[in-house]
Amino acid sequence: MSNQALQGSVNTPQSVKRGHEQYLTFLLGEEEYGVDILRVQEIRGWDTVTSIPNTPDYILGVMNLRGAIVPIVDLRRRFQMAEAPYTKTTVVIVLKVMGQSEAKTMGFVVDAVSEVYNIAGEALKPPPDFGALVGTEFIQGLATVEEKTVILLDIDRLADVDMPGRGATTH
Amino acid sequence: MNVDLSQFHAVFFEESFEGLDIMEQGLLNLDLDAGDEEAINTIFRAAHSIKGGAGTFGFAAISEFTHDMETLLDEMRSGRRAVTRASVDLLLEATDVLREMLIAAQGGDTHDQDKVTSTKTRIKTLLSTNGATIQISSEGVPSPGQNSAGQGWHIRFHPEPHLLKTGNDPVRLFRELASLGELEIRADASQLPSLETLDPEQCYLKWELELKGEVTEPEIREVFAWVEDDCLLEIAPIAGGDEPSPVIPSPIEPGPVEETTAPATQAPEGEGERRTGSERRKAANPAEGSSIRVNIDKIDALINVVGELVITQSMLNQFGENSDIDKFDELREGLAQLARNTREIQEAVLGIRMLPISFSFNRFPRLVRDLSAKMGKKVELRLSGEQTELDKTVLEKIGDPLVHLVRNSLDHGIETPEKRLAAGKPETGMLHLNAYHEGGNIVIEIRDDGAGLNKVKILDRAKERGLVREGEELSDEQIHDLIFQPGFSTAEVVSDVSGRGVGMDVVRRNIHDLGGMVEIRSKEGEGSTFTIRLPLTLAILDGQLVRVGEQIYVIPLVNIIESIQVNTQNLCPVAGKSELYRLRDDYLPILRLRRIFNINGEDIPLEQGLLVIVEGDGQKIGLFVDELLGQQQVVIKSLETNYKRIAGLSGATILGSGAVSLILDVSGLVALTRYPPGETRQAWLENLQRQAA
Repeated sequence: MSNQALQGSVNTPQSVKRGHEQYLTFLLGEEEYGVDILRVQEIRGWDTVTSIPNTPDYILGVMNLRGAIVPIVDLRRRFQMAEAPYTKTTVVIVLKVMGQSEAKTMGFVVDAVSEVYNIAGEALKPPPDFGALVGTEFIQGLATVEEKTVILLDIDRLADVDMPGRGATTH
Repeated sequence: MNVDLSQFHAVFFEESFEGLDIMEQGLLNLDLDAGDEEAINTIFRAAHSIKGGAGTFGFAAISEFTHDMETLLDEMRSGRRAVTRASVDLLLEATDVLREMLIAAQGGDTHDQDKVTSTKTRIKTLLSTNGATIQISSEGVPSPGQNSAGQGWHIRFHPEPHLLKTGNDPVRLFRELASLGELEIRADASQLPSLETLDPEQCYLKWELELKGEVTEPEIREVFAWVEDDCLLEIAPIAGGDEPSPVIPSPIEPGPVEETTAPATQAPEGEGERRTGSERRKAANPAEGSSIRVNIDKIDALINVVGELVITQSMLNQFGENSDIDKFDELREGLAQLARNTREIQEAVLGIRMLPISFSFNRFPRLVRDLSAKMGKKVELRLSGEQTELDKTVLEKIGDPLVHLVRNSLDHGIETPEKRLAAGKPETGMLHLNAYHEGGNIVIEIRDDGAGLNKVKILDRAKERGLVREGEELSDEQIHDLIFQPGFSTAEVVSDVSGRGVGMDVVRRNIHDLGGMVEIRSKEGEGSTFTIRLPLTLAILDGQLVRVGEQIYVIPLVNIIESIQVNTQNLCPVAGKSELYRLRDDYLPILRLRRIFNINGEDIPLEQGLLVIVEGDGQKIGLFVDELLGQQQVVIKSLETNYKRIAGLSGATILGSGAVSLILDVSGLVALTRYPPGETRQAWLENLQRQAA
């Protein structure tokens, strides 16, 4: 019994790694993006933020997350997409990201949360270097789920605030 | 020996450094004539624990070095050796060397072997001179074969009868020895009494051991590290110093090696054996966090307060379940209690980070002693208020500026005995370090009764450097303030103590970075007083809330001089861009927060807002804001934790409403208005005024 339990616990991480990684997806306009669900700390409604002077426009400001000061990124602006008004479905996804040396917490404003998918590792396709709305530097891969394309994001690069957005590199 | 001792290393180092401090203080306070036995005992005990610990954790070089110091101390303690100035000096030097060795061991580095060897040789020389009647046997025989007797060692181990009571078991020692080489044990049972009279807790046996194999003496000593003081221990090479037998080739030439170089050759070998250990330490080091020792009383007090909080919580809970409009008073009472509990917890938790300033003051007796001897001055150091507490971080960062100010006072302030006598002052100068609490601040004073600041000299130097114009009238304070200018020094001779002119500006900047300030009061011929004012903690600051547009910012109160309404007549627009404001006799640059922070919304006319005059880095500027709000204590949160540093901001805080407010970094804002490099402030202002006219 204990032996089985042990085996199970040893096997789980591997099986996750191999096949069924879970992704939380969200919407930006018509497109569906995914992030590793283990990085998601919480999802909360949009609230006003305190803007920080002299920062890129996609940094909306900082927010009080239970005593921690958390910067909030507008993902549409980050991807140089057309702006959309904030609605009832607009949410902030709070993610744990790896900075250059330590873990940081950041919030990302998206149009709406969509689904949680299991996506097998082999189903991930490397991103093409054209066609996507997002600069490929942020994309971990593409996957097709239920006839839809989901763009999986590399959160750590996304959180690197010193990295230029897509417009700066390709336009 | 399978226990991983490295997990205790941090504790060992911490305790050893504490021990070193005790030794150093004890040595400094040692009265040369009185031969205070208790004081020497204290020093001895500290040295002894370091030695024991070092032996256990395999720092052979350290334990060996400490052993010699200990021998010297032991002779002093038992009165076999007079406590002389020379020996105290040597011991102080040895503590320094020991500290370096410990630091090196902590970082997994190798220490400066030459220094260690030379200090060691000097201790040995001292030991071999007068009064050294008893010699720890092995120390007396610095034979060349000490490093490694190819053949083996003869060990005479005669424990004191009480050995077993100290928790040491000879069998364990022998087992450990046996792991080093081939061991032959002969027990001498001649002292064994008959069974009726035998006390099972006494050790009646003596042993003669022969250990064969390539073993070094330190390795054997390490085994005996804990029992060394409870036994007679003699370790000698088996061949008695003869040529090693040809059967086992010795790795080290047995030829005559000079005594001074012997320990040097032995150390690298020892290092090599411990390489794995030191590597492990190195790997473990970055992960080690710093720790703090907290008085148990503080913890108990905190637990008490938390207990009260739990009671308050249950009281409020009751109201929640049975909310009745009649019981409104109860709710109000409960909330008041909650507020009090919160404040108490805040104080208690901050108190945990508080340490007495003696941690910083304690290094000064040594510093003053060494420096005054070097400069041929007589100085008496007086410390007071050592128990005044301040935040650990502040304490760590204030150390260097304090050292600098003390050196400065010794070098420039206090005169040589001849000059003092000529001026009608007592021969011995006085340096007084004082600390006390005042409001939410800690005040540290460095007062000397020396020559005071020489205003004429300072003015001359300032004119030379173009900081002051000819014929310009300055108040005493303004003149004194000049010494904080970068690159300013009036010292005639650049000594290694002070006089390079790097320093006073750094001192001031460091103190400003901690949110504090420094002032000078000085009277020529009578002395100077430097007063440092620091916030008690870096976690909380008193702030003035201001509004700009829809944003609320916090300005640290310590930076604010005054707030004024703008009188348009005093405005001087310069080149259409910069703005200057004439406040009494001073021209201040105006910084519109709305513009530099790109805040949305229209600029409001200057006369409708307020100018907050702030000072940072020794310069005043006017911050233009829409409105002043309240003053309150704010908890400082770092922006860097989750984002990055931003120019002009020192952090953020959370207001009562839950909204985030940014804290302004006044020094950073001042830097934004800085005059171009290469121009003096005076010239720059004149230039601007000329353009304005």
